[in-house]
Amino acid sequence: MNSLKFVFSRLLGAVPTLLALICLAFFLVKAAPGGPFDMERSLPEEVEANLRAAYNLDDPLPKQLLKYIGDIMRGDFGPSFQYRDFNVTELIMSGFPVSLRLGGAAILIALFFGAIIGTIAALNQNTKTDYLVMFFGMTGISIPNFVMAPLLILLFSIFLRWLPSGGLGGGEINNMILPVTALAFPQVAYIARLTRGSMIEVLSSNFVRTARAQGLPTRTIVLKHVLKPTFLPIVSYLGPATAAIITGSVVVEQIFGLPGLGRYFVQGALNRDYTLVLGVVVFYGCLIIFFNLLVDIIYGFIDPRIKSNR
Amino acid sequence: MPLTQKTEQERRNDVLSVSDLSVSFKTRGETVVAVNSLSFRLLENEVLGIVGESGSGKSQTVLSIMGLLESNGRAKGSAVFKNKEMLGLPEQELNKIRGNEMAMIFQDPMSSLNPYITIGDQMVGVLKQHKKQHKKEARERCIEMLDAVRLPNPEKRIDGYSFELSGGMRQRVMIATALLTNPDLLVADEPTTALDVTVQEKILDLILEVRERFSMSVILITHDLGVVARTCDNVLVLKNGTKQEYGNINQIFYSPQAEHTRELLFKSKELSDAQAITKTKTIENPNVCIKNLSVFFPVPKDGLFSKQQHLKAVDNLSVEINKGEVLGVVGESGSGKSTLARCVLKLQKPSNGTISAFSNDTLKMNRKQTKEFRKNIQVVFQDPFSSLNPRMTIAETLNEPLKVFFPKMKQRDSARAIANWLDEVGLDAGFLGRYPHELSGGQCQRVAIARALISEPKLLICDEAVSALDASIRAEIIELLLKLKRNKKLTMLFIAHDLAVVNKICDRVVVMHQGKLIEQGETKKIFQHPVNQYTKDLLDSVPVPDPRLEKEKYLRRLGNKAKYF
Amino acid sequence: MTTKVTTHTNSLLGDAWNTLKKNRAALVSVTTMATMIALVIFGPLLSPYAVDQTDWYQISSRPNLASGHIFGTDDLGRDLFVRVMYGGRVSLMVGIVATIVSVIIGVTYGSISGFIGGKTDALMMRVVDVLYAMPFLFFVILLMVFFGRSILLIFVAIGAVNWLDIARIVRGQTLNLKGKEFVDAARAGGASTLRIVFKHIVPNLLGLVVVYVALTVPQVILVESFLSFLGLGVQEPMTSWGALVNQGARQMETSPWMLLFPAMFLATTLFCFNFIGDGLRDALDPKDRTREEE
Repeated sequence: MNSLKFVFSRLLGAVPTLLALICLAFFLVKAAPGGPFDMERSLPEEVEANLRAAYNLDDPLPKQLLKYIGDIMRGDFGPSFQYRDFNVTELIMSGFPVSLRLGGAAILIALFFGAIIGTIAALNQNTKTDYLVMFFGMTGISIPNFVMAPLLILLFSIFLRWLPSGGLGGGEINNMILPVTALAFPQVAYIARLTRGSMIEVLSSNFVRTARAQGLPTRTIVLKHVLKPTFLPIVSYLGPATAAIITGSVVVEQIFGLPGLGRYFVQGALNRDYTLVLGVVVFYGCLIIFFNLLVDIIYGFIDPRIKSNR
Repeated sequence: MPLTQKTEQERRNDVLSVSDLSVSFKTRGETVVAVNSLSFRLLENEVLGIVGESGSGKSQTVLSIMGLLESNGRAKGSAVFKNKEMLGLPEQELNKIRGNEMAMIFQDPMSSLNPYITIGDQMVGVLKQHKKQHKKEARERCIEMLDAVRLPNPEKRIDGYSFELSGGMRQRVMIATALLTNPDLLVADEPTTALDVTVQEKILDLILEVRERFSMSVILITHDLGVVARTCDNVLVLKNGTKQEYGNINQIFYSPQAEHTRELLFKSKELSDAQAITKTKTIENPNVCIKNLSVFFPVPKDGLFSKQQHLKAVDNLSVEINKGEVLGVVGESGSGKSTLARCVLKLQKPSNGTISAFSNDTLKMNRKQTKEFRKNIQVVFQDPFSSLNPRMTIAETLNEPLKVFFPKMKQRDSARAIANWLDEVGLDAGFLGRYPHELSGGQCQRVAIARALISEPKLLICDEAVSALDASIRAEIIELLLKLKRNKKLTMLFIAHDLAVVNKICDRVVVMHQGKLIEQGETKKIFQHPVNQYTKDLLDSVPVPDPRLEKEKYLRRLGNKAKYF
Repeated sequence: MTTKVTTHTNSLLGDAWNTLKKNRAALVSVTTMATMIALVIFGPLLSPYAVDQTDWYQISSRPNLASGHIFGTDDLGRDLFVRVMYGGRVSLMVGIVATIVSVIIGVTYGSISGFIGGKTDALMMRVVDVLYAMPFLFFVILLMVFFGRSILLIFVAIGAVNWLDIARIVRGQTLNLKGKEFVDAARAGGASTLRIVFKHIVPNLLGLVVVYVALTVPQVILVESFLSFLGLGVQEPMTSWGALVNQGARQMETSPWMLLFPAMFLATTLFCFNFIGDGLRDALDPKDRTREEE
């Protein structure tokens, strides 16, 4: 019974955030000069008509807001400014699966390799292995992915000719390797650093000393006593990690020419397609809120200190 | 020395035989010697106490035998445990012995258990490692052990977590874990130092009981001679890593040979049978009058709709502090004594009751009156290092109160006051430009005292002011406080959990337990003829450095327990 | 238990500098950054070319010491060396200014939240938690799309992205300090709230702030580069390393130097600041203060 209460309370906490996001988006659109509601702008007939219909501009403000919220809830983001025949929802739905593949793979790789690398570094602290890992970590967070991506292309596509330099290629693995690498690299580095720091701290704690005094071999100590406290903070980091990957995907999709949501976003930004840009931001925002909620709940089930207080 | 001659029989009964053990550490290019050529022996069923002040090397001795030294530590010499040389043993071999034939419990029960896995998991882990038992068998054995250490509700606790237990209970769990494999040697490193004195008594009794029941040898490391007198058969006295004296308990306590032993005994006895300066006078106009004081803290709620529970930190307490006297407040952790002090200092708002200081109701003061009030009540806190602002020099720290309370004071005068008080607390002028991290604990505490007294307050509150100091430093600071009390006719509220210190310094004493006032009266009367049962228990549980006396008390306690079975 | 303390230099700052000096990576980074800043300011004076001087006879030419185009030229014949230097000025300037904005917002928010405590603190931190997971950058881009690309907006917007980390850390430290006994002693000593904040709490926050300034600069430069790369950052004739990388990436098959030089400068700068920040953090970490234990 307590578990349900816990989940419910967390859900309750997420709702205001969601509402805040949508309201913010709404008012931004309203306020934008040269935006869809700027009366001085002259728009082509069709777009004007679409907008009026979509946004009920003659209704009082609160009613507009409510309608907007309702629309979003139903998944209707309104018509695109630029692409006359499409509405934003359609564009999002066509771009999202690509980004999902890309981002999903990236985060799994980041988590997997980051954790392993960080663990190896922590267990070999202050040795050459550790310094190597730390240097790698530093590289990962210092070289932005829009620098790394072209460098990767330069090396693997142009000089070595091992991998294609862009395009979806019908969804082949080969086409995914470079983009996913470029996207995941900074997160692998960050998670490795985080893991290393966390594990070193846990390794120096008193209960590890107790375990050593109990004659437990290092392997048992790490698996049984150290893993959980080490990775709890990593779980918390998953939320921001996702946000970072989403942000990174914008660049990576651009460079590799992948028709994902990030690319639409950039095009929309450059073309002043307000509704598209707004729609993407709200969409991604909701996604992140939802994901954070998930992580929060999972964390509450893993950490015994929260578990027992539920 | 009764233990140097090794007969054939004795050699067989040796559990541990240490010769010429030396431990050194390499820090930043220098080599620091922690233990210097130590030799001693441990027989079956013997309790050996290793005693010394901090830095004497007592922990490093046993850590080196168990192979638990830090990576920059080196051990030389020989330590033979049951005919096996421990020093230099490879990790794999060490792991067969550690936690199995030789077990260790540590000082800090709060952090020595893993809060992320269940108690049962941790205990079963030991059995899985050494006895290769299956989960069901292992679990039963664990419950058996938890019962043997008298942990209430073992079947439930075993599936619980360490943060659900108090310090004393956690230490019991640690002992139970150590006993799982029926070790021949139990090493206890300051096992009760972090515990309340009544809990300490129970844990020490428990250690003796399990020693008897499971036929173990015990090495008990402590700085407290009373604890040694209570529990040990033989004693090894260390100073700076060197053996000072080594003999059986009667010899050490009743005819000590080494100077350091005599010194330690003197210091500990000095506190126990000190004369408190009694004041025979009629009750003058009390300086501070506390009436029906209560402080309730809300406890975090269970669910959104359950009733709000409260923790009664202070419960309907009334007491008076008279002018010129030192009033002690004694109690264990959770007794509310610190909360009381904070209320008097106006750092904590009471939920009920009144405090009147110097004829003014402290709760009804405006800002200006509060400032005036603060000038007259000052405080010295427990932790010398965190009670001084690390970014301010000593001079600036001492100047603070002058700037706040006497803003018009000329620089010349304040400089003179600072120099004066620095001298009063026994520090020379060279300290003025230094920062707190350059000073030792004792020196920081002196500065804290000077800061408190520089505005010439009418009342000084010492909140566990000497609890965090080494024994010898503690004695010095107490001397300082006594001197200041005499010369400046200070009125003090002295809060402590250490009864010996209170005995030395306080005229009257108040005993607190769970927020309530249990007993109050003149120190000598309370300590020698306590009325309330709790006070009696409290006084009784303080270990005295007198083995014969302790043995009597122990038998009395056993007798009392027998009455219930 | 009290312990003896080996005497260090006088102040905490001197202490920190000593420890930092021993960190070789940090030391090298400081020297490198100093050199780079000097280069960026004075470099263009060494070259005969101007930043927007196009030379149609030297389009996309390789690095060539003889012609004076030591980094080569770009696709419009402009000297790459001078452009990289000018780009550096923008990148570094945005880095520093936006960091200052970030730090001011973060420190104010964090210290107020920590100092007031209680429900206000809980609320303020909840806001931070929520914002922390947002793709803030997207909002920044949104703002740029809607309100245009003034350089001022860039400074403020970028600064507003990074204040969350600082706010959290400062709030944590403020809470930590609040619980320390010297704050209680100051209150009991009659100090007013203002005095406590400015004399006792803030000076003890400075160390942390310095660390995070060093760590935030690279993040901010990264954001600016990101925006410029997407074409949303500074506009011509101003250029930044991010914009240069963008242009270089498009030409990398034929003129890899257009990518490599700005990328190198950018990466080196980020590396150096990260090393310095890490080194400072280790130096000022109170846990590392040397006390000989038992």
